[in-house]
Amino acid sequence: MTTTQSPAAPTRTYADYSAPLWRRWLLTRELAVIALTVVVFVYATINVDNFDGPLTVKFLLQDIAPILLIALPMTLIIITGEIDLSVASIMGLSSVLLGVFHDGGMSIPVAAVLALLAGLACGALNGFLIAYVGLPSLAVTIGTLALFRGIAVGLLGTTAITDFTDKWSDLATNTIGESRIPLVMIPFAVLTIAFVVLLHFSTFGRGIYEIGLNDEAAHFTGVNVARTKFILFVLSGVVSAFAGIYFTLRYGSARGDNATGYELQVIAAVLLGGVSIFGGRGRLHGVLAGVVLIGVISSALRLESVTVNVTNIIVGLLLVASVILPSVLAWTSSRLPRKAATPPESSPTPNAASAGV
Amino acid sequence: MKFHTRRPIALAAIILTASAALTACGSDDGGDSGSDSSSDGGGELSMTMLPKNLGNPYFDTSTAGAEAAAEDLGAEIEEVGPETASPDAQVSYINTVAQQGKDALILSANDPEALCDAIDEARSADVKVITFDADTNPDCRDLFINQATAEGIAAKQLELISDQIGGKGEIAILSAAANATNQNAWIDMMEKELADNPDYADIELVDTVYGDDDDQKSFDQTEALLQNHPDLKGIISPTTVGIAAAARYLSDSSSKGKVALTGLGTPNQMREYVENGTVESFALWNPSDLGALATYAAAALANGDISGEEGDSFEAGDLGEFEVGADGVVLLGEPFTFNADNIGDFDF
Repeated sequence: MTTTQSPAAPTRTYADYSAPLWRRWLLTRELAVIALTVVVFVYATINVDNFDGPLTVKFLLQDIAPILLIALPMTLIIITGEIDLSVASIMGLSSVLLGVFHDGGMSIPVAAVLALLAGLACGALNGFLIAYVGLPSLAVTIGTLALFRGIAVGLLGTTAITDFTDKWSDLATNTIGESRIPLVMIPFAVLTIAFVVLLHFSTFGRGIYEIGLNDEAAHFTGVNVARTKFILFVLSGVVSAFAGIYFTLRYGSARGDNATGYELQVIAAVLLGGVSIFGGRGRLHGVLAGVVLIGVISSALRLESVTVNVTNIIVGLLLVASVILPSVLAWTSSRLPRKAATPPESSPTPNAASAGV
Repeated sequence: MKFHTRRPIALAAIILTASAALTACGSDDGGDSGSDSSSDGGGELSMTMLPKNLGNPYFDTSTAGAEAAAEDLGAEIEEVGPETASPDAQVSYINTVAQQGKDALILSANDPEALCDAIDEARSADVKVITFDADTNPDCRDLFINQATAEGIAAKQLELISDQIGGKGEIAILSAAANATNQNAWIDMMEKELADNPDYADIELVDTVYGDDDDQKSFDQTEALLQNHPDLKGIISPTTVGIAAAARYLSDSSSKGKVALTGLGTPNQMREYVENGTVESFALWNPSDLGALATYAAAALANGDISGEEGDSFEAGDLGEFEVGADGVVLLGEPFTFNADNIGDFDF
């Protein structure tokens, strides 16, 4: 629900915004996550042995690349109030298909295109069941999580296909020229620009927020709810398949259990980045910072030889805190009568003002 | 009623930042102590032990052996590892070892091929890479510490079952997954040995079933074996999960003491059944010795005492002297037989 911001409202008795511009820009959830990421990164650079070494940035970006990629469509899906739990299984399936097709004599590009098409089909199945049949996405994607993983493991069993042409696996592990930035960051950058435009600078993106806030209202304002959701799940399927291809080439092995559990890492990063699990709120830069934050924390803790369980505990606590804190603070601030009751804002999204041109 | 005010979000932002600062402080302490110990070491060797996964008693034992060996050598060793045994999770840790510039990495590989790129990167950062328990391709690591040869394992299990059933009668095999590489190799060799070796002429292998290394499934398969083959004299289970589940079934069934059970098991899992007479003896290597041998080999490589060529030999503390075989493989020795007399000496 957006407020109409027509200037012809002379009798308005409250301010246009509850806070001045700088506060609306600086005290956002997204900037908090970005600041936190920078703080942790600087801290690690100074205090963690070898974190400032030449390999860190390369390995860090390589490690988080699949999560960065999938976080893009996942953000849009969660903003509509839906969820896609099947992304890691689609990664596994595309990984296996790449391996099986390549093993069957196809060149890597052909096999990769087929794997991408399979990802598209997986996403379309999710999207059809959710958008047009109207089933809850949680139930559908838990089902397809098992289904796609089952197909992947069924195709290869517990064996692995590992003989990928060096030329292509080098693409997944090399860096851009002499820099420390892995090559995979190029397609990621392109996708990021595309998704930022899609979410923040298009009517399609406005529709995504409206669906998240109230899909019936969105429907009545002319948003094609079903088509929007369908497209998002298809995008999620294709991007997950791409991440699966990258994953396969980077680790040089196509296995049915590749990328197991990645869906939780993606969703954790998206929520940490300030996207509301109830939909309607969140921005991409916060999400990307969330992914990087988790990556930096685990990289630094690994260098300190802290066990993976401790890393998980810290990331988990951070996630729980980030989900709980806004509610707790809203509750406490409602209990503390600090000043005369200000009317609650009707527009909860920070970009309602910027994008509602 | 939802409150979509800015203030809570802003406060959340600040508290989140503060909480992260606290978390960072937490890791600060660990970091300082960690760097102190490594800088104190000076010329000491620093090694990393990377098992398939953490929280696995088998690898806990091998790490304990490695730590004891490291202490003996005056070297520093630390264990890191993923929660689940997957190759992609190990790559991050191998990358970390390359970043840290350790002297040696001792790992049990979750995939023979997939880890090679990461290992190459570590080796080009002057890290010596020694595999134990599960090997990678021979050309991507320096040495492999082999716990036992497949021939040794197959022969040992047949010898044990033959002794226990008096060299005569029907036997069956309870394996792990139907496509488990190691188990299938051992089963093939046992079948060949049964057919060729005149000592085993009266032993007939009647069935091979698969429990998928799942406790309940292995338990059910044992029950099915006994029902389908009433004359069964013995069961070989070349997997630790299988032998423990089969022993649990047998110890509560009327076949206890009549059907012999042997295979590969760990003392802690089997202690109860050895003590109550369900199982007479079973085999395995000693993971502690395996970890120790890997550590001695890593130290010998990192110090430049050996280069990993075939025929190089090195001293491994109490374990004696070992020689590097073909393809850079060092063999720990014959499988070790556990029985009622010695099982009390082991805890893994």
